[in-house]
Amino acid sequence: MNKAWHPKNEREEIVLSPIHAVTNNDLWLWGILAAILLAGLVSWGIQFFVTGLSATGLNRPVYWGLYITNFVFFIGLAHSGTFISAILRLAGQGWRKPLTRAAEAITLFSLPFGVTSILIDMGRPDRVLNIFIYGRFQSPLLWDITAVSLYLFSSVVFFYLSLLPDIALCRDRLTEVPAWQHRMYEILSLGWTGRNGQFERLEKALDGMAIFMTMLVITVHTVVSWVFGMTIQPGWHTALIGPFFLLGAIFSGTSAVVIVLAILRKAYHMENVLPVSLFNSLRKLLITFTLGWLYMMIAENLTTSYGNLPEEMRVLGQKTGGDFAIMFWAMWILVFFVPLLIFIFKGKDNIPWMVGATVMVNIGMWMERFIVIVPTETRPRLLYELTKGVYRPTLIEWVITASLFSGLILLYSMFTRFFPIVPLWETADSLEPEENEKPVIGFRQHKFGATSSAMLKGK
Amino acid sequence: MSKWSMVIDLDKCVACQACSIACRFENNTPVAAPDQSEMGRAIRWNDVFPLPVEGEGEYPNTKERYITRPCMHCENPPCIKVCPVGATYQDEEGIVRQNYARCIGCRLCTVGCPYTVRYFNWSAPEWVSPLSEHLNPDRVEGSGVLEGPSIRPRGVVEKCTYCIHRLKKAHEQADAEGREFRADEYVPACVQTCTGKARFFGDLDDPTSTVAQLSQKRRAFRLLEEAGTNPKTIYLQEG
Repeated sequence: MNKAWHPKNEREEIVLSPIHAVTNNDLWLWGILAAILLAGLVSWGIQFFVTGLSATGLNRPVYWGLYITNFVFFIGLAHSGTFISAILRLAGQGWRKPLTRAAEAITLFSLPFGVTSILIDMGRPDRVLNIFIYGRFQSPLLWDITAVSLYLFSSVVFFYLSLLPDIALCRDRLTEVPAWQHRMYEILSLGWTGRNGQFERLEKALDGMAIFMTMLVITVHTVVSWVFGMTIQPGWHTALIGPFFLLGAIFSGTSAVVIVLAILRKAYHMENVLPVSLFNSLRKLLITFTLGWLYMMIAENLTTSYGNLPEEMRVLGQKTGGDFAIMFWAMWILVFFVPLLIFIFKGKDNIPWMVGATVMVNIGMWMERFIVIVPTETRPRLLYELTKGVYRPTLIEWVITASLFSGLILLYSMFTRFFPIVPLWETADSLEPEENEKPVIGFRQHKFGATSSAMLKGK
Repeated sequence: MSKWSMVIDLDKCVACQACSIACRFENNTPVAAPDQSEMGRAIRWNDVFPLPVEGEGEYPNTKERYITRPCMHCENPPCIKVCPVGATYQDEEGIVRQNYARCIGCRLCTVGCPYTVRYFNWSAPEWVSPLSEHLNPDRVEGSGVLEGPSIRPRGVVEKCTYCIHRLKKAHEQADAEGREFRADEYVPACVQTCTGKARFFGDLDDPTSTVAQLSQKRRAFRLLEEAGTNPKTIYLQEG
């Protein structure tokens, strides 16, 4: 049998080291996360079988609350991976390579929780198949389902393809792991050998998919916003809602990448594999996104307040000085003022500051999702004086929300113990086997090898 | 084909709420417990409420104004556009209907309706005795169909249907007697019961009908006309 060839990578030992052993600390972490997840499952069970949505704080007119906020947030978080690995791939940004998988894994594991959020929010989740049986494409919800499921499916394929050579590497290098784990690598590696131009074809496939994924990622979050934007409710019915959601998604997604990278770096001693320069590159992107957020915020709120339409102003008033004022201004501090100052003055070469700022951004972005959704509902167009909405989320909603986040972290941390979280083949010195019988032809392959080693030297 | 419409003369309305009560009993609307009602979960297909009045003097020189509000049965309904499964739809006679058997409870229609006249069943409907013994036995049911006064399951949306079961009955009777159905053979329960005779009902497409003529009056207006929904529930302003 033809033995597989793996590109040489000096980081191999460090990157594979977390896979060798599950530590006690891991078990503790997983245990706690699983317990929270279980609490959420029980809560959902109660909501599903016993109480229905009456267990929530939802009412008329606040029909949507935490669950829909979570849906939008998780889909937004999912933009991290595709942005880093597809958009930056197309833009030829070589520095992204060590962090592609860590970012894509966020996409992969947060999307299912976005989908779950929708199911949790449905009055009749048992009738979910009606969407396929009687689906009407005039409904923005169908656009959503189509876009999100296509995105989930493509992300899995994209992620798996780029993981393939590294699974094969695990299969060949990690011979001392438990038998089931080794068997898993054998099956998942699909007989990858790394020879006969497999790498070249993989690169081609990923390049092609990157174009598709870029279109998809822009579509998905715009479509998510259209569930709101297509109604004629004040505060929602604006053409800006799509681009604003998209920017917010990329912003919170990229921030999440910073957090994850810092944790991986610390927990798995990957200081050399994930250099500070990565954080500096992300910092520049984040400064741009923070300012982009300001631009969107001004464009939206200035238009609304200058136009001064009564029903729009009632919603804006709810945000700036009404029931949501504290949250609204806290969001400004968390998403804009403090992070921008940190990114500009403190973030360079300083990972703790970057983590602090990006955690703030993500808390703030979750609040922004809430503030986009709920205040509009509290001030309906017709006779708002009589149907003023008040929304107080219940414990069950908070528990379910916490469990979704625990579930995401649980899946992520388990993944890092079984698969290399830094792509080894993509960061390898060269993808050309020395004693290759058939020399690799093609400009692309050559160029790829060149940039890859140049990047390595530059580090 | 008829185009059903309701005209409500606010000059004649005495705000007695008889329309709301009639609607509840006719359509088996679930009862909400006080705490649920406090949260804003009461279901009122037809509602009567005081209008906020500004600058109309102090007691005893005040004026109170009321409005009563069923579904608008828009000609261009924002709720129907957004339904992912066609559980809410407009029939050929212009009535905006709701099929409880198909609704998935996503509540996109409830947030899409600018009049907030669509209601969600947060919990399963319950009636205490003796209410539970006096439910309206009329049903609009079939395979995959559950509408009108039929008992709703938990987690679906419901709304005013202009008493669709009454229309169905009237059609069936005309068919059984082998004659043409006439537009004056059917009115919703609220119209039948209205104490001040403030509600009119009929075919807007028939220029000789009462509703068609009233809709041409100078006092006629529709709620949120600027929203472009073109309601078929039409009001006559207080004069």
